Amino acid sequence: MNDRNRKLKPFVPQPDDDLIVCRCEEITKGEIRRAVHDGMFTLTEIRRYLRTGMGLCQGQTCTKLVKGIVARELGVRPDILEPSTGRAPMRPIAMEVLAKDREEKAT
Amino acid sequence: MNAEVIIVGGGIIGCAAAYHLAKNGVSVLLLESSENIGDGGSTRNGGGVRQSGRDPRELPLIMYAIQNIWPKLSDMLDTNVEYCQHGNLRLGSTPQHKAILEGLTSRAAACGLDVRMISGDEARQLNPYLSEEVSCASWCPTDGHANPLMATMGYYKMARRLGAHIISGEKVVELRKIKGAVRQAVTVSGNVYEGDTIILAAGYESRFIASTVGIDIPMQPVLLETLVTEAVAPMFWQMLGTADADFYGHQTEHGSFVFGLNSGLEPYAKPGKPLSTSIAASAACRGIMRYFPSLSKIKVVRSWAGWMDSCADHVPVISKVEEVPGLILACGFTGHGFGIAPAVGLVLSQLAMGQETAVDLSALRYDRFQ
Repeated sequence: MNDRNRKLKPFVPQPDDDLIVCRCEEITKGEIRRAVHDGMFTLTEIRRYLRTGMGLCQGQTCTKLVKGIVARELGVRPDILEPSTGRAPMRPIAMEVLAKDREEKAT
Repeated sequence: MNAEVIIVGGGIIGCAAAYHLAKNGVSVLLLESSENIGDGGSTRNGGGVRQSGRDPRELPLIMYAIQNIWPKLSDMLDTNVEYCQHGNLRLGSTPQHKAILEGLTSRAAACGLDVRMISGDEARQLNPYLSEEVSCASWCPTDGHANPLMATMGYYKMARRLGAHIISGEKVVELRKIKGAVRQAVTVSGNVYEGDTIILAAGYESRFIASTVGIDIPMQPVLLETLVTEAVAPMFWQMLGTADADFYGHQTEHGSFVFGLNSGLEPYAKPGKPLSTSIAASAACRGIMRYFPSLSKIKVVRSWAGWMDSCADHVPVISKVEEVPGLILACGFTGHGFGIAPAVGLVLSQLAMGQETAVDLSALRYDRFQ
């Protein structure tokens, strides 16, 4: 049970808020911290709201960093935050390659 | 009592209703079963905000939303919902496709919608990336698309900011009546919440919850799959569909393309967690490349799946329930609830406050399945 109206510590600007955390989508630490205060309490919600981890690397770089920032903002241990669902394909794949999942019949 | 209105379901419908109620000073408690707000179709759909191709019973809702809410939604929610109104092209390449499109077009035009048939060449003038395969299309200039993630989280954010009480991870399993009217929502954890009115907007799960007060809505869960590509420079802004409905989609403000897929096996998907199949994305890529050869090199980054609550007659139930005073149903959206969600949230708040609704809902009553 996750009460979305529970009080968080007030948002205090930090000197490194303009640090880019998700490099693919260029999302900063400050944007992530703001999103928590706007009610995004889970890593999935952060991802849907900010696009962190939704770029070309699919979060392979920033997932742990985002988790740490969100946990600190919520005042909880990082390991209680559920990871977002991994999505196929594992690597970006061109449509013309993905389309060839079967042999074309000779016409 | 916990709140004047209890909303079961934290998707875009529930969050939009919570937003309008909270804005009108009504106390609201919203209960979401999963850990995440908008975990069902709300954040898994293709983002269409279209009138063309709609059932006439649903048209008044979408026309109201497009005329009155979508253009100002980003300001309303202090969130860029990426609403883009550049028309909808529904594409065809065979005489059968043309017949399907003509049927859809004439039915919608009879309801007062500006939608018409155009030739393949006219379609290519609107969208120069279309291949020569396309021989006909329907064109609705007032259709468009938006970002479902931002719209859903935006309604949630503003509802919360306006004072709506929102709890996730609190799964309602039963409704209870007191003195003949529904008043209590009981959760799987054993908590009991009480209110004067209960809005049930829990997707397919609504069927099980409504059955605890003797109401059954004929719907079934059907899988839908979607993919997103890497971001590329802007190419076109129209919403796309096909006569066969084998894919639909658009390019987003971000630059990526979002495409909804259709392999034909969706009604037979494995129950449980919604899983992408190994065939749907590949099949859709073949369809997309046939109409848009220039997208063949673009990379698919991610795919996902979700359940829709497919109603027996393919339009939702948005209705008070006479036998169960205090209960308002909003379910059975059948995979096209996103575009109408802003209007649905508004009319649900009006039903809960006992006001006249902005749109006539008589075609969407719960007791029409007889």
